[in-house]
Amino acid sequence: MTYTTLSETAAPAEIENREPAAPRDHTRLVYLGTIAAFLVLWTIASTAGLVSPVFLPSPFTVIRSLYGVLTQGFVDSTLMQHTGASLYRIFGGLITAVVIGVPAGLAIALSRVGRGILDPIVEFLRPLPPLAYLPLVIIWMGIGEASKIAVIALAMLPPIIISTAAGARGTSKDHVNAARAFGATKLQILWNVIVPSSIPSILTGIRIALGAGWSTLVAVELIAATQGLGFMIQSAAQFLVTDIVIAGILVIAAIAFLFEILARWLERTLVPWAQHR
Amino acid sequence: MALSLTNVSLRYHNAGSNPHQGFVLQDIDLTIAEGEFVVIIGRSGSGKTSLLNIAAGFIAPTRGSVTLDGTPVTGPGRERAVVFQDDALYPWLSARDNVAFPLKLRHVQKAERDRRADELLDLVGLSGAGNRKIWELSGGMRQRVGIARALASEPQFLLMDEPLGALDALTRGRMQSFLLDVWQRSRTGALLITHSIDEALFLATRVIVLEPDPGRIEAEFRFDFGQRHLAGETAADIRKSPEYKAAHDRLTHVIHNEGAEAA
Repeated sequence: MTYTTLSETAAPAEIENREPAAPRDHTRLVYLGTIAAFLVLWTIASTAGLVSPVFLPSPFTVIRSLYGVLTQGFVDSTLMQHTGASLYRIFGGLITAVVIGVPAGLAIALSRVGRGILDPIVEFLRPLPPLAYLPLVIIWMGIGEASKIAVIALAMLPPIIISTAAGARGTSKDHVNAARAFGATKLQILWNVIVPSSIPSILTGIRIALGAGWSTLVAVELIAATQGLGFMIQSAAQFLVTDIVIAGILVIAAIAFLFEILARWLERTLVPWAQHR
Repeated sequence: MALSLTNVSLRYHNAGSNPHQGFVLQDIDLTIAEGEFVVIIGRSGSGKTSLLNIAAGFIAPTRGSVTLDGTPVTGPGRERAVVFQDDALYPWLSARDNVAFPLKLRHVQKAERDRRADELLDLVGLSGAGNRKIWELSGGMRQRVGIARALASEPQFLLMDEPLGALDALTRGRMQSFLLDVWQRSRTGALLITHSIDEALFLATRVIVLEPDPGRIEAEFRFDFGQRHLAGETAADIRKSPEYKAAHDRLTHVIHNEGAEAA
């Protein structure tokens, strides 16, 4: 009995002492191997005629059409214009959601009245699929950019509000008390203690919100759009131009991946302390 | 100046209907004068930290009053600076900005508060560490920054909640000498919470023993070992002296008896 307890307590220290670099490189090799294997399988399946090129064009065809969309465009716009239109909507939605969501989250965490007013609204909005209220927003705001950005912002709001509130509520009591002991006013505590302390959580909320934003974007662009990655994919699907459908999916995946890297970089530069507390 | 707790009791909010039960602190009378170093010692559950929180103004007593030279105290104030056990430094600020934080709250100009912060970092033996990040500092260094930050608000009283509790024994010994030195130079009244008998003897001009369930003052002693250390006697010599050993035995006896009673 005593022996098992001893070995259990000793185990974590041993793990910490191990060189962390080697296993990580190993994982990276497996990553690359998986991607390579996937590409090889895809190439074999499409070039050997196992699957009809209408359903699965070869990687080379996809790359060629990607180049084609980049230079000549598809459905009246180049890839850059489609991407630009989509990014404009995503960032428009994100900025709107942050401007509204961060103060709303702080209000929920810090004020009973704020919580009473906003909590039901958030809880109403959160489980709703954006597609459910999209028609209503279009009736209210028309089919222009405003309604698209509004729907994306609505989809992004709940994660931002909820994680801001969680961050603000998680502010260390000692941090607040220290400021109180130095004579800080309520506004000074909010601005100098609660907001900085909530930033890591707000950034996490933004990452989740971006995920929600992308899925909403594609849905929004199916309705009355003339540009955008979602619109491009949808149009290509209607003409059964499968290579462009796949190219569009890859572009969205690449952008989402870049966003993730950007978000991690932001976390490292803005809140390097978050991993040390 | 004197900080007084008069007839202070604290009861849990959810302590039930019996008005005699659920007290964390009962009938505490305690006055800390400027230039005094009062150490409160007691076992866990004796309400040490609650007592400090009441003195700091973080919580209001159920009964009794806290006064500063006769004026009632209703909340925290910058004449009573607090040093926390878990340093409570702001990790998003550099060491210098942490120390300058109380000055920033008072809208002191940036250049002036940086100058003051660097002076205080010098005082606590951390010259040149102003740009360091909080998480790069060791536990002892962090507590020094925390003390420098407390001093930045130019307090009359320094309230410390087990500031050395999380430090290793070697650092702890050095920090005790450091605390005495800072206390002497800043001429504040100090209130320190600890569960270490040795720390209480070495630092205090006055030791208050708290007894748990409910927390009340059991005994009070006056010591001069801290002053002897400040006058030049080494910590090792003081700890070897017969007076120190006798005092240690006496204090241990009081705390031990209290334990026997409770059991």
